Amino acid sequence: MSDANSRVNDFVIRFANVNGTGSASANGLFAKAIYRMGIPVTPKNIFPSNIQGLPTWYEVRVSEKGYLGRSGIVDFVVAVNPQSLEEDIASVRPGGYFLYDSSKPLHKEMMRGDIHFLGIPMMTLAMKNFTQPREQQLLKNIVYVGALAALLDMDMDVLRGIVAQTFKSKEKLIGPNNLALSIGFNYAKENFKCPLEIRVETRDLIGDRILMEGNLASALGAIYGGASVMAWYPITPSTSVASAFEKYCKRLRKDPDSNQNRYAVIQAEDELAAIGMVIGASWNGARAFTATSGPGVSLMSEFIGLAYFAELPAVIVNVQRGGPSTGMPTRTQQADLISSAYASHGDTKHIMLIPSTPTECFEMTAQALDLADRFQTVVFVMSDLDLGMNDHLTPPLQWDDDRRYDRGKVLSAEDLENMEKFGRYLDVDGDGIPYRTLPGTHPTKGSFFTRGTSRDEYARYTEKGDAYVRNVDRLTKKWQTAKEWVPKPEFFGEGNRHSLGLIFYGTTYYAALEAMDLLTEQEMGLDAMSLKSFPFPEEVQSFIEQHEEVFVIEQNRDAQMRTLLINELQINPAKLIPILHYDGMPITATDICAKIMAHLSVNALRNDAL
Amino acid sequence: MSYVKPVFSHPDLPANKVGYRKRDYEGAISTLCAGCGHDSISGAIVQACYELSIEPHRLAKLSGIGCSSKTPTYFLSNSHGFNTVHGRMPSVATGATMANKDLLYLGVSGDGDSASIGMGQFVHVIRRNLNMVYIVMNNGCYGLTKGQDSATADFGSISKGGSQNHFQPIDLVGMALELRASFVARSFSGDKKQLVPLIKLALSHPGFAFIDVLSPCVTFNNNVGSTKSYEFIRDHLEYPAPADYVPKAKEITVDYAAGTGTLVTLHDGSTLRLDKLAGDHDPSDHLNALRRHHEAVANGEILTGLLYMNKESETLHQLFNTVEVPLNSLRETELMPGTAALEKINQLFR
Ligand SMILES: Cc1ncc(C[n+]2csc(CCOP(=O)(O)OP(=O)(O)O)c2C)c(N)n1
Ligand code: SF4
Ligand SMILES: [Mg+2]
Repeated sequence: MSDANSRVNDFVIRFANVNGTGSASANGLFAKAIYRMGIPVTPKNIFPSNIQGLPTWYEVRVSEKGYLGRSGIVDFVVAVNPQSLEEDIASVRPGGYFLYDSSKPLHKEMMRGDIHFLGIPMMTLAMKNFTQPREQQLLKNIVYVGALAALLDMDMDVLRGIVAQTFKSKEKLIGPNNLALSIGFNYAKENFKCPLEIRVETRDLIGDRILMEGNLASALGAIYGGASVMAWYPITPSTSVASAFEKYCKRLRKDPDSNQNRYAVIQAEDELAAIGMVIGASWNGARAFTATSGPGVSLMSEFIGLAYFAELPAVIVNVQRGGPSTGMPTRTQQADLISSAYASHGDTKHIMLIPSTPTECFEMTAQALDLADRFQTVVFVMSDLDLGMNDHLTPPLQWDDDRRYDRGKVLSAEDLENMEKFGRYLDVDGDGIPYRTLPGTHPTKGSFFTRGTSRDEYARYTEKGDAYVRNVDRLTKKWQTAKEWVPKPEFFGEGNRHSLGLIFYGTTYYAALEAMDLLTEQEMGLDAMSLKSFPFPEEVQSFIEQHEEVFVIEQNRDAQMRTLLINELQINPAKLIPILHYDGMPITATDICAKIMAHLSVNALRNDAL
Repeated sequence: MSYVKPVFSHPDLPANKVGYRKRDYEGAISTLCAGCGHDSISGAIVQACYELSIEPHRLAKLSGIGCSSKTPTYFLSNSHGFNTVHGRMPSVATGATMANKDLLYLGVSGDGDSASIGMGQFVHVIRRNLNMVYIVMNNGCYGLTKGQDSATADFGSISKGGSQNHFQPIDLVGMALELRASFVARSFSGDKKQLVPLIKLALSHPGFAFIDVLSPCVTFNNNVGSTKSYEFIRDHLEYPAPADYVPKAKEITVDYAAGTGTLVTLHDGSTLRLDKLAGDHDPSDHLNALRRHHEAVANGEILTGLLYMNKESETLHQLFNTVEVPLNSLRETELMPGTAALEKINQLFR
């Protein structure tokens, strides 16, 4: 076996569990402990479209260097799911470790000679020490966390501290959990040489960062951003945005005197209705949003077109997932970019904000509410399953108490009173954005009939072609204005001195940054740009112009961002090289490097041949 | 604040309690076919709002798509209106109501709009008991797309082109009763005497008030053999409970002598008088309403009037326990929890 095994704070451990057996809290306890020991950590759930009984995995990457993308290599497996044993044994890299429940012996033929097998009779230990079947089941998971503490040299006090905190309000659970930790710890100490070569050491590399999932951050962004109406229909992986919004509104949005709610959450009959409710609420002057995923956006398309043409604010948090139906939908992708960017009938395009971190989910959801009001249009927050449903190490959420919402151009009764003539779709300021009025504002001024198209600057019905053209051309002007308001891209590298550029966005960010390091180690110079928004701000075009070749890294089959860049910026397609990954698992740095290298060597060969 | 009130010039028509004349409730000139039932319903809406002294800007009108859904242009031009998408007005109305509970909401739909493409939203808005008036202008066909049968066309009804409908109709009134809509009525566009009080009553009802108004399409479905023609409807009308609405402020005795009908006192103290013809029909008796309706259907009669009203109806805002002021009036101080709260949240994730 190789000595490459000696790995401090640099490994991936994968937990193989059965859905619905309480493994989530044990695994969470493990990841949190690494975090509390000051070591950068990224946990990822890999779960089926099922509630109980199917295999789930929880993959934790521990990285001293702070790499937060998926590694793709598994150094250590904790296997408590008999169903997936074969697959799990096969997933360990040569020289890695396989920790399993030896209450039942492993079949000889399953054994591999090139990995270490560590058997612990978890269930037997749990049954010996605990009486209730449910308790045995749950604490069996804590037993393996205790064993890991010994094997990986984790700080037991940190683990006990998390247990105490977790069960603050259910104190009688603290004792049994601590006991289970000790049982596992002692068993490992007595039976194996602890610690292993793969292990952790306390560091101080976290700073003030928190460990939070993107969907919760989006929900908090909506609360801080002033959304008071939320309408939704359940769909993985967006559901937890709605549940977190409601949960935190209950704490943060009650009238302290009356205990009444300063919010309304409506679980609609479908996504068509959910977006209709959002549009109705914002037409009437409340900040409103919905959260959904690909199939939901498909259903919302008709209303999205209406909102675009009638010029009504609407915020849609689109937590992307893989394809239709069940199965792949519990995996991650960035494959709904085009369907959101140009959603609906007619000449439509929509603002998209693209977060990479939970902190950005928070900020961008709040900002989306401002932009939707400012531009009186649909704004998408393009999250994905990986970002939304997994904990990420991210800067703390911050807010400025003096911040005021940008409610955009809404006329008050006084404004209307002092006004010669109100034109709902008149471009008064030359920025393409007209003024709007809310129902009930003034007894005789400012009312109009909201409809999609077929109206003039004063919202009077007309089917004249020139009125239509004036209107949609104004919408183009509004689109141009938006370029100056959306978040700018973030740049990495030394600044446009290289001939090669990388473009990425969303959760691809993590693996792409790691790939940049790997490529730099191989003496390749690169500049990189992380895109944050659509329409593309000016900087995007100049970055591409300043580089000879630009790799566009994304997690979909059809290179959708590349298509948007070509389409919107008139870029020569040959200049943008797609680097694609779309199997439903988050993209890895090694994958990116391999594909970039392959492209460069093919090119080198070609050039030689010339 | 003081605003310039509308200039009154028509001497014949008295101003109502809030200082508006009837024409202040009118809209643009209708572009529907002459004789279309929908125009009569628009007229009834104008009359009802005028009589109820509603301030036009305190009402919002919403519709789906169809000839019927175009009508909000033809009434209440001082009210904001929203021509939404086909069949999906209920969701927009739901959002609008959540944002501002202090306006009145009047939704107008068609039988195609509500009984086909919008069926899902129609039944769910009933479930939510949204505080709105929901009028279906029911002509048994798709007027705007040139006369195809709709889902409310009766079995055996003959279209203008001579073909017979072989599908069972969707009976919106029966369905609304079944789903326990808190207010269910049916009327006929040609019967203003009944329709105006029904609309007034509906506007005063706290909760979902559904009125299915038979409204012949003169262009595509007024032929012999159609069960939605003027002639057929007139021949088959049955009145269980014509209603009159007496606002709270008025003395009951001023309007009619006691003993000529049944009096029903509403939640806000106003009174509903049921005409003598009502016989024993008590609109708060849900089972009886269902029975009367089913009997009428079985007998081939069109039962009109107020069929059911739940006086204990609770609005969605009450169910959601939202604050007393409209949500759209909340500002940063009420909506934004502040940095201290956020720091506490951060701490939970360390
Ligand atoms: C999504 C969609 N599909 C189809 C149409 C075309 N369409 C317009 S109106 C209408 C039928 C309207 O029928 P109804 O609601 O009964 O109204 P009426 O014209 O009879 O008053 C249809 C199918 C549309 N506007 N939108
Ligand atoms: S087509 Fe029918 S429903 Fe439409 S306006 Fe003409 S008569 Fe009315
Ligand atoms: Mg119709």
